Amino acid sequence: MEKTVNQRAWLLVIPVLILVAFSSIIPMMTVVNYSFQDTFGGNDFFWVGLEWYRELLHSERLWDAFGRQLLFSFIILAIEIPLGILVALSMPKKGISASICLVLMSLPLLIPYNVVGTIWQVFGRADIGLLGRVLSDLGISYNYSQNAFDAWVTVIAMDVWHWTSLVALLSYAGLRSIPNAYYQAAMIDQASRWNVFRYIELPKMRGVLMIAILLRFMDSFMIYTEPFVLTGGGPGNATTFLSIDLVKMALGQFDLGPAAAFSLMYFLVILLISYVFYTVMISIDKSEAQQ
Amino acid sequence: MASITLENLAHSYLPNPGTDDDFALKAIDYTWEDRSAYALLGPSGCGKTTLLNIISGLLTPTSGRILFDDKDVTAASTTERNIAQVFQFPVVYDTMTVGENLAFPLRNRKMEANYITERVDRIAQMIGLEADLHKKARGLTADLKQKISLGRGMVRDDVNAILFDEPLTVIDPHLKWELRTQLKSLHQEFGHTMIYVTHDQTEALTFADKVVVMHDGRVLQIGTPKELFETPAHSFVGYFIGSPGMNFVPVSVAGNKAVVDGKTLKLDHDYDDPQGNLQLGIRPEFIRLSKADGLPVRINRIQDVGRHKFVNATLGDTEINIAVDEDTVLETDMTNVVFDRSKISIFSDDWRIDGKATDDAEGRSR
Repeated sequence: MEKTVNQRAWLLVIPVLILVAFSSIIPMMTVVNYSFQDTFGGNDFFWVGLEWYRELLHSERLWDAFGRQLLFSFIILAIEIPLGILVALSMPKKGISASICLVLMSLPLLIPYNVVGTIWQVFGRADIGLLGRVLSDLGISYNYSQNAFDAWVTVIAMDVWHWTSLVALLSYAGLRSIPNAYYQAAMIDQASRWNVFRYIELPKMRGVLMIAILLRFMDSFMIYTEPFVLTGGGPGNATTFLSIDLVKMALGQFDLGPAAAFSLMYFLVILLISYVFYTVMISIDKSEAQQ
Repeated sequence: MASITLENLAHSYLPNPGTDDDFALKAIDYTWEDRSAYALLGPSGCGKTTLLNIISGLLTPTSGRILFDDKDVTAASTTERNIAQVFQFPVVYDTMTVGENLAFPLRNRKMEANYITERVDRIAQMIGLEADLHKKARGLTADLKQKISLGRGMVRDDVNAILFDEPLTVIDPHLKWELRTQLKSLHQEFGHTMIYVTHDQTEALTFADKVVVMHDGRVLQIGTPKELFETPAHSFVGYFIGSPGMNFVPVSVAGNKAVVDGKTLKLDHDYDDPQGNLQLGIRPEFIRLSKADGLPVRINRIQDVGRHKFVNATLGDTEINIAVDEDTVLETDMTNVVFDRSKISIFSDDWRIDGKATDDAEGRSR
């Protein structure tokens, strides 16, 4: 068959290009533009080169927020991944109870971030909240708006409550895809429950767990709404994570230049970490397959 | 090692089975002898795997008992029964090496390290994986993975029985032959009781001392390959064993005379006055084409399969197949068939009936 050359086919790509230009490229370049300039309002801009980047890299405030952010994401992963797997393992395998479980598990995922924050904010209040009241009646001092540790515990509890379901549902899907013969073979090989998990279930869940880890990492690294609703980043700067700090800088202080530089670095960090995550996991996968 | 006795065993996947149709496995009474190799043969969905899983303890039967030697194990777990089973699709532990896979059943039973190494080396050598012992199992091809599964099934030497559930389905044809031969020699060497489920008659007939033919949840016949071939107990056995299967033509029988398509044939046996729907069964291998003798047929087509030719012809209203040696010259006027009368079986309502040997029989009697 003869191939006809028709360059007009490129026209078909135009709608997508326009969409991507307006949704990503132009806004992004605006931010890039801001990050190299200073303004004193009135739409007057001055070129400052890499000044903002230099300043931010030496800013203690930014590094503190970055450290908090890493710690937070680490704790979230350390709790949600094992907990999610545990929930998935104990869920019923089939029948009506499995369906009920799945629906119940999905419910937290459907609640808007803002509402989750509000629910826990009220729940934890020492005067009217169920949790806060019970704790203080038991003689445990708990006050998320004054005690940094309590604020952390509350934000983590919120996130675990909100997102463990996602890990559990993904793991559940992974578990269900294991053919029954594997369990039968393990029974005949007299494998212990731990060995069944270690050598059958965990390896088979690996693919979905990689996705779960990546999703939960990226999402927790960008957390904003919950700590903002709970304490606005306080007490002090205790729960001021990167997003909260960024918003304070951009909208609170209206430092457009530094905020733009901050956004770009934030974006690059997430991109970088996710990329590293991904390549490491993929290469482990490959090297094991080749051995 | 043990003999396995099934006592009135039946299984249904429904909670309250009523009629016979509800049973995936209909009542069976049989003793599997110690140190024998059996094949469970039948089409897909006939209850082979159900029976196998009941023996291995993965399923609890709806009714009946199962005994290893004289011990009732109906309620015993897979572990207590101490059996090995190999599944249809390869089951390997991905994160382990080949060697660790083979050692897994032994390690779980807390065997001594020396013994484990010795057994693993031995089995690896047998299945031809001794060079791959340190490779990760997940990167291997399906063939090799299934070899590991087979190896894991055989690594314990104290098992009561080894069960195989269509283990060679995923294996390349040329390797099938090799592995089957290895299994057979393993059986001769160690003398484990082996039960091998398959829907492939070649596999069943070459592997087993005794073949159990199943159909629709029922055991139709248990016998040596020769018995199944020559004296099938049920028309299904005749049809299922052999390729093509046995020919069946409607017949009426009185004493030692059979009437087929209006012509009378003399039989080796005296069947008295049999009742029911009668059929005469004869294998393609025992029919000969001739010019003048026998029954007239209409030849439809001839297939050459290499070692011999199959002639498809119509006798009366029934299609029959005739096997002809490759070097026999077929002539156009060979329009009659002659049945080897010592190989004729008579079936009444699908079950084979035995006749009394007559004086002029050619020596074969049952």
